[in-house]
Amino acid sequence: MTALASAYEWFITTFPTLSMAIGLLLFPLLPLIIGVAMYVYWERKVIGWMHVRIGPNQIGPLGLLQTFADVFKLLLKEVIYPFQANKPLFLLAPLWALVPAFAAWAVVPIGSHVAWSDANAGLLFLLAMTSMGVYGIIIAGWASNSRYAMLGAMRSAAQIISYEIAMGFALVSVLVLAGSLNLSDIVNAQAGGKGLLDWFWLPLLPMFVIYFVSGLAETNRLPFDMAEGESEIVAGFHVEYSGAPFAVFFLTEYANMILISFLAPLLFLGGWLSPFPASWGALGAPGWWWFVAKAFFFATAFIWLRATFPRYRYDQIMRLGWKVFIPITIVWVFVAGCMKYFGWVTVGA
Amino acid sequence: MSRVVSYFKSLLLLELWAGLGVTLRYLWAPKYTVRFPMEHIPRSPRFRGLHALRRYPNGEERCIACKLCEAVCPALAITIDSHRREDDTRRTTRYEIDLFKCIYCGFCEESCPVDSIVLTDILEYHMEKRGENILTKPQLLAIGDRFEKDIAAARTEDAPYR
Repeated sequence: MTALASAYEWFITTFPTLSMAIGLLLFPLLPLIIGVAMYVYWERKVIGWMHVRIGPNQIGPLGLLQTFADVFKLLLKEVIYPFQANKPLFLLAPLWALVPAFAAWAVVPIGSHVAWSDANAGLLFLLAMTSMGVYGIIIAGWASNSRYAMLGAMRSAAQIISYEIAMGFALVSVLVLAGSLNLSDIVNAQAGGKGLLDWFWLPLLPMFVIYFVSGLAETNRLPFDMAEGESEIVAGFHVEYSGAPFAVFFLTEYANMILISFLAPLLFLGGWLSPFPASWGALGAPGWWWFVAKAFFFATAFIWLRATFPRYRYDQIMRLGWKVFIPITIVWVFVAGCMKYFGWVTVGA
Repeated sequence: MSRVVSYFKSLLLLELWAGLGVTLRYLWAPKYTVRFPMEHIPRSPRFRGLHALRRYPNGEERCIACKLCEAVCPALAITIDSHRREDDTRRTTRYEIDLFKCIYCGFCEESCPVDSIVLTDILEYHMEKRGENILTKPQLLAIGDRFEKDIAAARTEDAPYR
């Protein structure tokens, strides 16, 4: 054991950059990828149950290894390049979508100020990263040299731009109350003696709903998956993708969903804070398990919504975004300002 | 007034919650899935599946080459050649069924005077090579020998209704 420890010591002192890279890879990326795999499995199971089926149950115990089998199948398949496609951009697009989806995790704290980057403007960074992802989709649609892909990309771009405004305003109301862009400070501003009654979801209830619905639209999930729209544009922006690049798009979509599931508790449900009053002892103590449990609820809600609702018509999506969400959010930003100014909500412990 | 009410109703997402309630209810509902290779749905004794030729308990084949099944077959799936055996009985030299032509109507079984050709309840079978769709006489007899117990049991069970 001591030999192993000294070897470890030698390695991290001799190759500091390399060990940092390995550490980064091991901590956020590997758990995230395994989380995505488990999430895909969970999605297929839950949708199966809601369809009165049982879902995957053959590969591994209870079918747990199903996603890994699918991923290996995809990685071993041939990558087909469409005729006259722009090959460098065609291959760049999935990476362009993937990198922001992973980079956004740098500022997500799992405890008070426990994050890779405890940035002051963490919320701004998150907004930037989630917006960057749409370039991957647009480039994919354009580089594929396919009408369906192009239409999917256009739809996706228009939709994400529309919903980003509503989402941005929802986040503005959060930061008005919290008085900070740092995600740990936002969570700490939701602390108090009363458990879940102190969290921001109560004063910002409409914002909370709008944030989650915009999150659905941002990640191109049902009922807002117009960018894919199997019934009319086959698979939208990734219609021409096969094999490993398709797997990367798949990974990106689910990584984004998990990200949104983790952000919703951070911003509105007190992150790692316990839902019970502080006077309840161990049950009222904060901890990462609360955070994971809340995120799991939202991740399951994504699936639940997918199993329940049909896809929106495109003009209805635009109507919802511009004529319903944006007016409500603008009004509620003022309401949040009044709450803060007149001290109607208590912020911080 | 009703417009105002419907406006607030839509803001509260009541219909969406109702929809979510339906899927949540079905999440807990008992599942209909049959885990097929491990589980089977019940099969009627009248089920018409793969063909078989039966024998008498003493080992003698039942078929007397009367060719009624060949004549009645609407899909012309049965081909029979016959000859006179040493003991002066009429027997088939060739009895072939083309599974691609067969429509599994069961007329051959109905027409058979000696209950020789029967349709078993076997429905899981496949061909790997061209030509394997034609079942020859030895193959049909082998199927009959292998599943005689099931075939006889199904016939006995169905007898009171015929």
